[in-house]
Amino acid sequence: MAPAGEAVLEVRDLVKHFPLTQGIVLQRQIGAVKAVDGVSLDLHKGETLGVVGESGCGKSTLAKLLMVLERPTAGQVKFNGEDIYSLKGKAFKAMRRNIQIVFQDPYSSLNPRMTVGDIVGEPFDIHPEVAPRRDRRRKVQELLEVVGLSPEHINRYPHQFSGGQRQRIGIARGLALRPDVIICDEPVSALDVSVQAQVINLFENLQSEFNLSYIFIAHDLSIVRHISDRVAVMYLGKIVEIGDESQIYGAPSHPYTQALLSAVPIPDPTQRDRKTQIVLQGDVPSPANPPSGCRFRTRCWKAQDICATEEPLLTIRPGISHPSACHFAEQAQIVETHDAEEFGLNQPVPTPDDDDLVEPGTLP
Amino acid sequence: MTLTETGSPAAVPAGTPPLLEVDNLHVEFRTREGVAKAVNGVSYAINAGETLAVLGESGSGKSVTAQAIMGILDTPPGFVTKGSIRYQGDDLLQMPEGVRRTYRGEHLAMIFQDALSSLNPVFSVGYQIAEMFRVHRGMSRSDGMKKALELMELVNIPAARERVKDYPHQFSGGMRQRIMIAMAIALDPEVLIADEPTTALDVTVQAQIMALLKELQRERDMGLILITHDLGVVADVADKIAVMYAGRIVERAPVYDIYARPAHPYTEGLLASIPRVDMKGQELFAIKGIPPSLMRIPPGCPFNPRCGYARDICREQDPPNYPVGDAHDSACHFWEEVVDGTRR
Ligand SMILES: Nc1ncnc2c1ncn2[C@@H]1O[C@H](COP(=O)(O)OP(=O)(O)OP(=O)(O)O)[C@@H](O)[C@H]1O
Ligand SMILES: Nc1ncnc2c1ncn2[C@@H]1O[C@H](COP(=O)(O)OP(=O)(O)O)[C@@H](O)[C@H]1O
Ligand code: SF4
Ligand code: SF4
Ligand SMILES: [Mg+2]
Ligand SMILES: [Mg+2]
Repeated sequence: MAPAGEAVLEVRDLVKHFPLTQGIVLQRQIGAVKAVDGVSLDLHKGETLGVVGESGCGKSTLAKLLMVLERPTAGQVKFNGEDIYSLKGKAFKAMRRNIQIVFQDPYSSLNPRMTVGDIVGEPFDIHPEVAPRRDRRRKVQELLEVVGLSPEHINRYPHQFSGGQRQRIGIARGLALRPDVIICDEPVSALDVSVQAQVINLFENLQSEFNLSYIFIAHDLSIVRHISDRVAVMYLGKIVEIGDESQIYGAPSHPYTQALLSAVPIPDPTQRDRKTQIVLQGDVPSPANPPSGCRFRTRCWKAQDICATEEPLLTIRPGISHPSACHFAEQAQIVETHDAEEFGLNQPVPTPDDDDLVEPGTLP
Repeated sequence: MTLTETGSPAAVPAGTPPLLEVDNLHVEFRTREGVAKAVNGVSYAINAGETLAVLGESGSGKSVTAQAIMGILDTPPGFVTKGSIRYQGDDLLQMPEGVRRTYRGEHLAMIFQDALSSLNPVFSVGYQIAEMFRVHRGMSRSDGMKKALELMELVNIPAARERVKDYPHQFSGGMRQRIMIAMAIALDPEVLIADEPTTALDVTVQAQIMALLKELQRERDMGLILITHDLGVVADVADKIAVMYAGRIVERAPVYDIYARPAHPYTEGLLASIPRVDMKGQELFAIKGIPPSLMRIPPGCPFNPRCGYARDICREQDPPNYPVGDAHDSACHFWEEVVDGTRR
């Protein structure tokens, strides 16, 4: 899907600093963790924006800010043109209804003492206007069906389901209020490989059915590529590069994006010696004390003096098709494309009929 | 160095037993809820300089097999009920614990997914490495510390000299994994088992750690058993692969063969479900259903409820290992159909 359509979310210069304090009685602020530090992006109607970056770079904090689970230190987020942080009362509730989240961990994000029906129907308690009480059970059963679970399982508890099924329960709950935007924070990372594809397909089908917009946070770059229309690459609280999926993967211009892509092992042994790998030195610096100028400079092989003194802005640069935050941005092709035939997988793989499948509740 | 020019391991003279050979291993956990059959007839072998990838999803028995090899199985509830684990021909399972202990660290070593919980939080990392030399080699503390520093430099800990007295929590995840590797190779083991060594790490750090492991393996001609669920990592480093499902090896093959010519429906499904560039905008292939409970593994082939090739015989007869090609076998009655791509 092309990123046409108007922006549902407009994020401008969003900042979240968590104070670092010392002392027990008289807490003194000694610094701040700059978890998100000036992020701007648009999310268009019906599109998927992937967000990638290493652990600690601020992806989940960004998600929490967009959900108003955290309030920003500075900056603005507009949802359908209205600033979400200044909304009050009814308008705030309506916005809340329209932006939903699906979390990483299908094991801990569901209350073990609630039935599936209670979990999926819980949003209706908070927003009773969406479904009158007598309609709830039917609505919940519909939702279970939409995400590929059996409506008969409405009275079961989370532990009776597999990880992938629990993630479906989380998705059903996210869909209950018919939101416009769903923020997916690592929604498949905790799932088994053989189950990830099921959930990814579900996300894609729901998107076309309900015209949803997704922010899709994940560390698996090939999954992000598959599902995203556009991709933002984060490093230490900032977006360093943003563009269409084909621009980011086909012509990355920021050294960090290039290193990230080259570090992903290709599942094809014939590519083993063909690909050039950029192995970065060292670790990500602490977000409490990020490097001056360009934050990537301590690990960048292209760094010059200017990189320490002048922060490179996220902007379109000569010869680059999309915004990049590097003084010396240059497009390069990093990922070799390999097609199915070369891969030895040009045959359809048969699958069993649905009714043969294992019932929930038979798990380890 | 016994490596040939192509980087593949030197041929082992006929009649020499493999460096390490697991044969028909069975492990079960006897719990209050019932008996979980975690490992059900696993066989694999590894030689010096070779990398064997053990691939399988969570709960398939990869780690339990490794724990049985190391002799660190949680007993009770875990028990080896059948099989052998031979190191240079000698069955570790028949040895008294006192003898077996001498193999750990010296000949067989292991690194774990979660480095933080496998390092002792109350001792400095240098001290922990030094202890290995004191206990196993009778070295003095100060000589042990010198060795520790050497090893930390070998695994590329920056400013190792200043950091040798730091505690595990003072290091990043990648650094901790390097320290785990330093401890594992300290006594020059012949076989190193790496259990999901990079699963908890970011891709750029994963690349550093895999490069380090490969280099150490090459220098020391170790046999490396790499446990993973990542088909990318396997393609990058393995010489051969064993695919596990519900406590069994369902397919074994040289690494190029498995990607080019998978002969088991589970392997084929895993490969097909990887998102590929040319699949953009299309549905991903998804293996249906979920792995079975280890307390209720279905009769016949354990994959049958999820398998598109399954027939009646699959629900009745456990498939043996059918030879598919050179060093390639598959535990599937219909492996030929999988290879041909035609369901008859
Ligand atoms: N101490 C234990 N007590 C009871 N069951 C156990 C114990 N350790 C492992 N198991 C069970 O044995 C089975 C195989 O476990 P194992 O750790 O080998 O799986 P794995 O393939 O390595 O999975 P993962 O990728 O999640 O680590 C699992 O069902 C697990 O729950
Ligand atoms: N409540 C908090 N207090 C202090 N620091 C925090 C808090 N939440 C997140 N951080 C820090 O902010 C940074 C970004 O975190 P997060 O957004 O969770 O990263 P990730 O990209 O892994 O999701 C990290 O350094 C994290 O430790
Ligand atoms: S601005 Fe300088 S340090 Fe930053 S990525 Fe570009 S070249 Fe590297
Ligand atoms: S033996 Fe039967 S059920 Fe098992 S993998 Fe082969 S075809 Fe499928
Ligand atoms: Mg996170
Ligand atoms: Mg494991």
